[in-house]
Order: sequence, then structure tokens, then C-alpha cells
Amino acid sequence: MERIIFYILAAVTVIGTLCAITARQAVRAIVYLVTSFFALALIFYLLGAPFVAALEVIIYAGAIMVLFLFVIMMVEVASPEKLAKPALSDWWPALALVLVVVASLTVLVAGQAPPVPGAGAQTVRQFSQVLFTRYGVAIELVSMQLLFALVGALYLGRRR
Amino acid sequence: MTTWDALDIALMLGKIVVLFAIILTLAAYMVLAERRILGWIQDRIGPNRVGPFGLLQPLADVIKMLTKEDMIPKAADRFLFSVAPAMAAIPAILTFAIIPLGAPTVFFGHEVNLQIADLDVGVLVFLALSSIAVYGVALGGWASNSKYALLGSIRGLSQLISYELSMGLSLVPVVMLAKSLRLSEIVDAQAQMPFIVYQPLAFAIFLVSILAECRRIPFDLPEAEGELVAGFHTEYSGMRFGLFFVGEYINIISLSALASLFFLGGWRGPLLPPILWFFIKVALFAFVFIWVRGTLPRLRYDQLMHLGWKFLTPLALLNILATGWWLALR
Repeated sequence: MERIIFYILAAVTVIGTLCAITARQAVRAIVYLVTSFFALALIFYLLGAPFVAALEVIIYAGAIMVLFLFVIMMVEVASPEKLAKPALSDWWPALALVLVVVASLTVLVAGQAPPVPGAGAQTVRQFSQVLFTRYGVAIELVSMQLLFALVGALYLGRRR
Repeated sequence: MTTWDALDIALMLGKIVVLFAIILTLAAYMVLAERRILGWIQDRIGPNRVGPFGLLQPLADVIKMLTKEDMIPKAADRFLFSVAPAMAAIPAILTFAIIPLGAPTVFFGHEVNLQIADLDVGVLVFLALSSIAVYGVALGGWASNSKYALLGSIRGLSQLISYELSMGLSLVPVVMLAKSLRLSEIVDAQAQMPFIVYQPLAFAIFLVSILAECRRIPFDLPEAEGELVAGFHTEYSGMRFGLFFVGEYINIISLSALASLFFLGGWRGPLLPPILWFFIKVALFAFVFIWVRGTLPRLRYDQLMHLGWKFLTPLALLNILATGWWLALR
């Protein structure tokens, strides 16, 4: 049962992402990407990480993509023309990246690396205990970094 | 995971079907209730022709919407235009899956939770669904390819993002008091005293935020009819418009249910059976929604943003600090 659901979700994720990168229209690309995030969130849930699943939807689908949508909706009104078909010269950076990803995947699969031991986090309570005790310093550092980025953006965007 | 026997699956399906029927009926009658109560507030009669007291009016409305011509503007993005109303209604309906309607009851020798999914991250799922609800408004307006619709959906987008923040932050003290994100445990934590007593400020912030999340007067700028025709759903007709419309009312009911879960102790109450208590509390909030609509004028756009970002959000943050302080010192 779970296996079947997993394969359906995986297919949705992959197809959604493929559609997102091949879509000509930015707004449609966002819709496809959000679909794929949703399926990904459900995969996290199946893996026993409901917290990550919820955050995936709240942060990626609900916040970041909404901001993208906001910007695109404002910009596309000004320049609604469709993009031309990309030339081959536009492709090679992407192809190089694909090579890197494929190479690393091959190494991972061929090397039969043992699965990374999770923190055994099941409930939110256990998860947050691990997060704020074992990784407490790292969390604080990351949040400081986000704060700096926020202040920086505020500085750049302030009215002169 | 546990193995599934046939009875469990049947029970689960049964619960979903029953809940679905309840939601749709409630939403339909909420429309009628709103029209009657608004009529009462405005000193007129309201719809009372169809059936006794106008009770069959929702049925007539549904037939009207189903038989209306379904228009899709030529310049619209056909795919997104037809998907957007569903995107607006589905998150509102899904929210009901996490709401506990009453105490666990025994049916046919089986203990049944009156809740479809008692998730460990219930509060977060609610926030996730409400952040997804933005897409219906945004894409509906964008796909119509019309000025008014686009203006309405851009307004709607910024309004929903802004008030989601204060709504989420006002729930943090509730989670701190209940020490859980699970909705059934939040209800259990209010066995002695509903959280509205400890957190009147969080309750006020939450109430204002859900009014804004529902895009209702005084926060109905995305569909302000005086300036934007009908805002993001200007181009919609027939059942597609109906879906937006019903979605809005389902949203009101689900947010009322959550408000009573978080602050009024959900289904807990003396004497009356739990489900009845829950219904009374939800109806109370729904009445407040209608009452506010009948009373207040619409805010100006800058007032809306000012209220959200410069007043409610900082207040909610201060409230979290104060609650943490109080919990630590107690």
C-alpha cells in the first residue's frame, strides 16, 4: 500500500518538476513546481517526518513560491511576450550540472553507502529536542545569517 | 505502520463522506443565514420566498448556478482559469480533516475518533493549508487576463500573505500553553479553562486575522465591488464562480471551528453533548463574521497593510515574549 502511494507521489514529483523547467510561461511553471512540492511533502510524511512535510508546504509552496508568483504577476503584465526556444548554447550549463548530479548519484548507488542514520525523530517534541540541543549552535548561526540577509535587503531597498 | 482491516477503511470512508455532506450543507445554509441576518441588520426582510422561511433558497441557488452559462474569456489561460476555483475551495475543505468534532465515541463496539486525521503537526497542517489557499485567488485573477481581476488578485495575494503572519504568530502562545501541536491535545489542555482566559490578546489578533484571511468586509479589498467590479472573480460565472463562493463560506466555517478549538475549548462544555457544544461555538463565530460584515465599512489599502504589519504582527510577537516569560516564571 505505502509502496504504491510512494511510487505515485514520486512520479508526480518528477513529472511536476520536469513540467516546471520546460514550461514556457512562468506562472504555469510555478503551478507545476507547487504540485511537485506537495507530492514531495507527502513523501516526507510517508517517510515518518510529518514536521518536515508540513514545513515543506508552509515554507516552499506557501511562502517562497507565493512571493515568486507575486513578482511574476507584476512583471509579466509589463512584458507578456513568450520566450523563444532556447538555443543549444543556453543548454550547456544545465547539462554540466546534470552530469554532476548523475555522477554523484551513480557514486551513491554504486557505493551502496549505508543510509544516513536519522536522529530517530518521530514527533515534533523529539525533533525539536534534537534540533535545539545537539544542533543548537548551528541553528543560532543560521538564524543570525537569515537576520543579516534581512537587514541587508532592508538596507538595499530603503527609500533614498 | 499498522495493518488496515476492512472495517477501519470503511469507517474512515464513512467519516469522510459524512463530513463532506455536513460541510456542504452547512456552507449552503451559512449563505442563507448571512442573507437573512444581513436583512435583519439592515431592517429589511431578506430571501423568504422559497420554501418555509426561505429554507430551500440554497437549493434554488445551486440550480441557478449549475444551469448558468459557463463563460471563459477568449484571452484567458484556459487551464489555470478552470483549475483556480478548485484551488480556492480544496484547502478550505481539507482543513476539516484535522478538526476534532467531539469526544471519541463508541460505534458498533469500535471506539471512533470524531476527527479524520489526528496529526502530530495539526496546527502546522492548518497553517500550510491556509498558505496554499492563496493560489486560488492569485491564479484566478491572473488567468482571467483582465485588469480588474489582476488588480484584485494582487491585492488578495499581499493581504493573505500579510495576515497569515499575524495569524500564525497568534497561535504560538496557544501551542506554548498546550505544549503540543496536536489539535486533540490542544482541546484536552483546555479541560479546566479555555485559553481565551489566558490569551485574550492572542484571541483578538487571531480573530482579526481570520477575518482578513476570509477576505470579508472590512478586509474585502480583493473583491471591492465599488472599484474592481468583483475583483479576482470578475470574469467567472456559473458553477466556477459558485466554487469560489462556496469556498469562501467553507473557509468561514473552518476558521470558526479552529477559533473555537484554539480559544474556546473546542467541543468541551457542561451538560450538552460535545458535538452540540462545538456546533454552538462555531455558529457563534459565524454569526460574528456576519455581524462584522453588516457593521463595518471597508478599510483603505494602506490602512490594511498598516494594521497587519505595524500593529498586529509586532503585538503578536510581544505576546509570545510575554507568554514565554510568564511560563518560565510560573
